[in-house]
Amino acid sequence: MEYETVIGLEVHVQLRTQSKMFCSCRADYQSAPVNSRVCPVCLGLPGALPVINRRAVEYTVMTGLALNCDIPRLTKFDRKNYPYPDLMKGYQISQYDLPLAIDGRLQIETEAETKAVGVTRVHLEEDVAKLQHFPADSGGYSLVDVNRSGVPLMEIVSEPDMRSAEEARAYLTTLHSLLQYLGVSTANMQDGSFRCDANISLRPAGSEEFGNRTEIKNMNSFRSVFQALNFEIERQRRVLEGGGRVVQETRGWIEGRAVTVSQRSKEDAHDYRYFPEPDLPPLDIDPVWVEEIRGRLPELATQRCARFQQDYGLSEYDARLLTDSKAMADYFETAVCLQALSGDALNSHAKQVSNWMLGDLSGLLNQDNRDISESPVSPESLVELIGLVGDGIISVTMGKTVLEEAYNTGGKPRRIVEERGYTQISDTSAVEPAVFEALEANPRAVADYLGGKESAAKFLVGQVMKITRGQAKPDLVNQLVTAALDRAKAGVD
Amino acid sequence: MAPGAWTVTGIRAAVAGGDLSAREVCAHYLDRIAATDGRLHAFTTVLREAALARADEVDARRASWRDRPLLGVPIAVKDVICTRGVPTTAGSRILAGYRPPYDATVVSRLLDAGAVIVGKTNCDEFAMGSSTEHSAYGPTRNPWALDRIPGGSSGGAAAAVAAGQAPASIGTDTGGSIRQPAALCGVVGLKPTYGRVSRYGLLAFASSLDQIGPLTWTVADAAAVLQVLAGPDPRDATASTEPPPDLSRLFPGNVRGTRIGVPRVALADGVDPEVLDAFGAALAMLSDRGAEVCDVDLPHMQYAVPVYYLVAPAEASSNLARYDGVRYGHRAKLDGAAAGVSEMYARTRSEGFGAEVKRRIMLGTYALSAGYYDAYYVHAQRVRSLIRNDFDRAFAAVDAVAMPTTPTPAFRIGERIDDPLAMYLGDVFTVSANLTGLPAISLPAGLTQARLPIGFQLVGRPFDEATLLRIGDALERDAPWSDERPPAFA
Repeated sequence: MEYETVIGLEVHVQLRTQSKMFCSCRADYQSAPVNSRVCPVCLGLPGALPVINRRAVEYTVMTGLALNCDIPRLTKFDRKNYPYPDLMKGYQISQYDLPLAIDGRLQIETEAETKAVGVTRVHLEEDVAKLQHFPADSGGYSLVDVNRSGVPLMEIVSEPDMRSAEEARAYLTTLHSLLQYLGVSTANMQDGSFRCDANISLRPAGSEEFGNRTEIKNMNSFRSVFQALNFEIERQRRVLEGGGRVVQETRGWIEGRAVTVSQRSKEDAHDYRYFPEPDLPPLDIDPVWVEEIRGRLPELATQRCARFQQDYGLSEYDARLLTDSKAMADYFETAVCLQALSGDALNSHAKQVSNWMLGDLSGLLNQDNRDISESPVSPESLVELIGLVGDGIISVTMGKTVLEEAYNTGGKPRRIVEERGYTQISDTSAVEPAVFEALEANPRAVADYLGGKESAAKFLVGQVMKITRGQAKPDLVNQLVTAALDRAKAGVD
Repeated sequence: MAPGAWTVTGIRAAVAGGDLSAREVCAHYLDRIAATDGRLHAFTTVLREAALARADEVDARRASWRDRPLLGVPIAVKDVICTRGVPTTAGSRILAGYRPPYDATVVSRLLDAGAVIVGKTNCDEFAMGSSTEHSAYGPTRNPWALDRIPGGSSGGAAAAVAAGQAPASIGTDTGGSIRQPAALCGVVGLKPTYGRVSRYGLLAFASSLDQIGPLTWTVADAAAVLQVLAGPDPRDATASTEPPPDLSRLFPGNVRGTRIGVPRVALADGVDPEVLDAFGAALAMLSDRGAEVCDVDLPHMQYAVPVYYLVAPAEASSNLARYDGVRYGHRAKLDGAAAGVSEMYARTRSEGFGAEVKRRIMLGTYALSAGYYDAYYVHAQRVRSLIRNDFDRAFAAVDAVAMPTTPTPAFRIGERIDDPLAMYLGDVFTVSANLTGLPAISLPAGLTQARLPIGFQLVGRPFDEATLLRIGDALERDAPWSDERPPAFA
């Protein structure tokens, strides 16, 4: 039987606010010493009370607006009750039935099609502490680092609108880019500031009803989401084809073994006993404020892509590659705008920057699995390099070498060229001795050329380049070698 | 200083004027506590050294602190309010020895006002109870009759003031826990409007009902202490942003034209005749001064007790979840390495909480459970709105609603301990003010023939504590009992 896959995603995003969700502790806990970003509120000490972080609400409204959501006037926080040592109060302050944003959609693109994925809701809650477990053979205890407790966490819940792992991946990468464009989160998957859980089920093609679903957790990269979902599709298909029923449960992705395993069945599901958080009055979200936020939403990927084509004459293909990630687009625009150019000069310069970025620089970054924001070559350095090539001081080939050195050492291109003596030799009198040397040393090639084998000239050009350690200007070498051979030919004739 | 001058306002004036040193005042009360608390057990912690050191500090700074509103005034604080470095147990074994690293907002304000904190007062565990018998540290006794309860949950706070162990104490009121013990101990107890006083640092029982307020010997003292406690607090999102009015200028003793409503229907059943007589006498006195007394209808007040016993335990079940033995307080000793975190939780809470707290946690957990939430919690919240509507309607016609504070005077220790329902029904006149958030005050209204205090309660409009204080002041001026003291502690 043909089955249709149904996927919905829940994404948790840590917000990049200065302070935590309900207290004034700093939210940048990642690099802080253990249990140093704590206070009575985020420690859940007796008597402490939460106070809502206005910036976190603003970031969530921003995200809601960028996801084409409605922002209802009335919103409130609720308590989600469950006991666990990473939860300081025995309940998490979250939002249950009146989230900050509802009924949105996100446009995604796959190779096959462009489609809109529904966004059910965007709500705000608090992150929990981090546990570190030590197994029985090392004493059998657990430690709690409370730094993460109370960090603002935004949850974005999609409709079950995705039909393949590929669509799920496209949704995630698009959402990820959107969040970075908005500047509301670092959205770093490695450090956990962007986390994804997936609900997935299969149903006979054409069926309207949903099949039993599983919830997949513990996927730490876009790749693992893609792999885990494909694994789960296959697993569920085999269960159904074997005449079985998919058990509604939570399953964890085990990266090393590339499988999902059962973690918790539906029967073990908590009764969270949600009820309105009495310590926080409901919020009345002023529509004027919402419109003010809408008015200052930053430029998003699609707008920027269009503008790059318009302002810099880039092809749609290049513009899209450059605007997929905000960091890439920012780098590009910083580089292009370092010089006050306009018209054709600007477009030509932009094309150069784009070529270097999408070509060699991306190659180097990909090798090291680095993001453009971590590039050792700054936009200033890239433009300097482009200038050196453009002014004919070094060749394009030499440029690639210099870029690689700048990438590896973090040095300035001009400095590298000077220190290494990479300057291109464009002075005829400086190249001519090398031409004579090459002809002298290769009488055989000269004879071949004179015998009518024109390709021998190319070999001699290469020899000249070798003697000049690549610094001679290739055009000039060509010209001088041809002239010298022609003179020899004339002499023979 | 004359005995009648040992009030908050009297002490402040004497210290500010240099007639008494803060140390003399503090020593007087500490000596009294030492002499009497063996019989009363109003305190869980007495801060003898710290209080004297603080009094010396007040004396040293008297010149620059002269204007501080509680200069040198000793104050006792209920043991559910955080005091930095000082044990704060909530009357519970689960917080035995717990010392908070911070002061509650009200404590900071008292200290800023120049007060001297003399100790922490006993209470029902996590403020759950009406008798102070549910304290893990033993019951407090009523200064008027040592075999009787002082009321609760702020029983220690009320007994301390009644017995002259402190001129004022700070209590908390979730369903009557300031007013009921104030009534049963013959002192003034004020529950401010919800949001008037910051709850930051108050160990939460039921967050939407809890309010902190003063217990004092006189109405003017209640006003003076409330003035210090009240006001916006950025640490409490439920605290009102409105600054309180100046309460010191409200006592001309004039109630002419003030309209006082009485819900006659509610008083028809189950109220002790002596309590009813005293209530009537107090109304007559106010009437003589020109107040207009009329009937009001509060049809939904009859549901207040059941609504309260759903809402309060529901919130409590969540608020008390944090006492799990992981970070502070009692942790069960587990034998065997195999025991996991669930067992640690279960054993810790089973050992750490008393019977009444467990009863309410179970009640509240049940009320919030899937399948019951709508029928219990949501329904209760709906009736809560109806009760508030009743009062709003009443306040269109009257300036305050009067009721007895309690249906009976203080009962004997042990009398109701095994009958939670009887205990809960004693809250019939007090819980409405918490469910509606309205301010309410309990004023001494004389003694029974057996010389047990009776309380007269007034409920006011939102943030209109001033009217309650003004009526209370008028009553106090005329009351023949206002100089009465518990005979054993006179």
